[in-house]
Amino acid sequence: MIAIVDYGVGNLFSLKSSLAAIGAEAVVTGEAEVLRRADKIILPGVGAFGDAADKLRATGLDAVVIDEAQSGKPLMGICLGMQLLFDRGYEYGEHAGLGLIPGEVRPIAEVIPADYKIPHIGWNALRFTGRKSPLFRYIKEGDCVYFVHSFYAADCDESVIAAAEYGAELTAAVQRGNVCGCQFHPEKSGKVGLNILRAFCED
Amino acid sequence: MITKRIIPCLDVKDGRVVKGVNFQGLSDVNSPVELGKYYSDNGADELVFYDITASHEGRRLFTDILTEVARTIFIPLTVGGGINSLDDFDRVLKCGADKVSVNSGAIRDPRLIFEAAKRYGDQCVVLSADVKRVDGVFRVFAKGGRENTGMEAIAWIKKGVELGAGEVVLNSIDTDGVKGGFDLEMLDAVCQAVSVPVIASGGAGCIQDFVTLFKTLPRVDAGLAASIFHFGEVAIPALKAALKAENIPVREV
Repeated sequence: MIAIVDYGVGNLFSLKSSLAAIGAEAVVTGEAEVLRRADKIILPGVGAFGDAADKLRATGLDAVVIDEAQSGKPLMGICLGMQLLFDRGYEYGEHAGLGLIPGEVRPIAEVIPADYKIPHIGWNALRFTGRKSPLFRYIKEGDCVYFVHSFYAADCDESVIAAAEYGAELTAAVQRGNVCGCQFHPEKSGKVGLNILRAFCED
Repeated sequence: MITKRIIPCLDVKDGRVVKGVNFQGLSDVNSPVELGKYYSDNGADELVFYDITASHEGRRLFTDILTEVARTIFIPLTVGGGINSLDDFDRVLKCGADKVSVNSGAIRDPRLIFEAAKRYGDQCVVLSADVKRVDGVFRVFAKGGRENTGMEAIAWIKKGVELGAGEVVLNSIDTDGVKGGFDLEMLDAVCQAVSVPVIASGGAGCIQDFVTLFKTLPRVDAGLAASIFHFGEVAIPALKAALKAENIPVREV
């Protein structure tokens, strides 16, 4: 069973529906016990880093997610949920993340040319970095996924498994052992996105 | 490289997709769920569902349909029509919409853009503007293009973006339904005024109109159309193949 962490951030309807569409048993939950019992955890998130990190801490689920990840349970962060996996973020001030993947979350404005629009929104192609991650076993390099973000994961080269070109190489997906994350929205990326979720759910 | 988006727009009334020509003379086309699924399977990058129902009953029907669409289609969904309050945002977001488009509601109360952007993020708020030339000036029209607000369009769109709109849909009333091509002059003026993504709407009649759009105005991010897709005059896979042949980046399916 896959547990989708519900901490009052964002809309979980599509994520739950997309897991249902690939035949994965999923539950949206804010209960620590359910997260502990789950086979895998998905940490979603939309909005601002600091606000989301505060909300996750207020529920006390941050400690549970960290515990479970450190004990080897597969964890996937999506969009802001991926950003929260890092040490810290700089959206409206400096905020601590979960520290599961070394690196920090910085404005894409710092690395892209001034005439590029922010947020980076739309379908962009994935470029795999290093060895192809098992997460991508049902998709191919160059497949497009849907992004909506103004911040990106920096200083995390050793964890990056895919990048997207947007005036700079932006971190598109990361993996460190049993912890992985997608900056894009697999639940909004058509068949390619469903195939990434399928690979995660099957692992 | 970010790709140019092709977006079919589905006007929904009483649970059915309709399309007006110059906003008048509606004709029933197809089922929203079936049509949405068809587009999603055939290369649409995003779908816009526009609720043109006035009654409460129709609105309930719309949210039911939206829920059904969001359960079966996994590409971004934008919803517009009758969005006047944060409660309206909440209502459609809970049914699976990703972005919400505001038009007349924001004209009545521009704070709606600010409040919604603050609560749901800029990326969630799309400013849709119906614009028409009146004595050589771009004017914003409200109520589905029926009422001249008197507001100058570029200033209004800039204000909307400053208030927090993360995308702009520019619908030219002058070219809408004419099928003679997008309103390049109007789009250029908007692209020069704002730095958020701009979606061109109104006037597409054939594949070449999209090629011309993206070739002439590289800063336009997406092309939106309705009837040419609904009536099969333009098939999205063929459209994308033509764009690709012109070196315009598109997502292939």
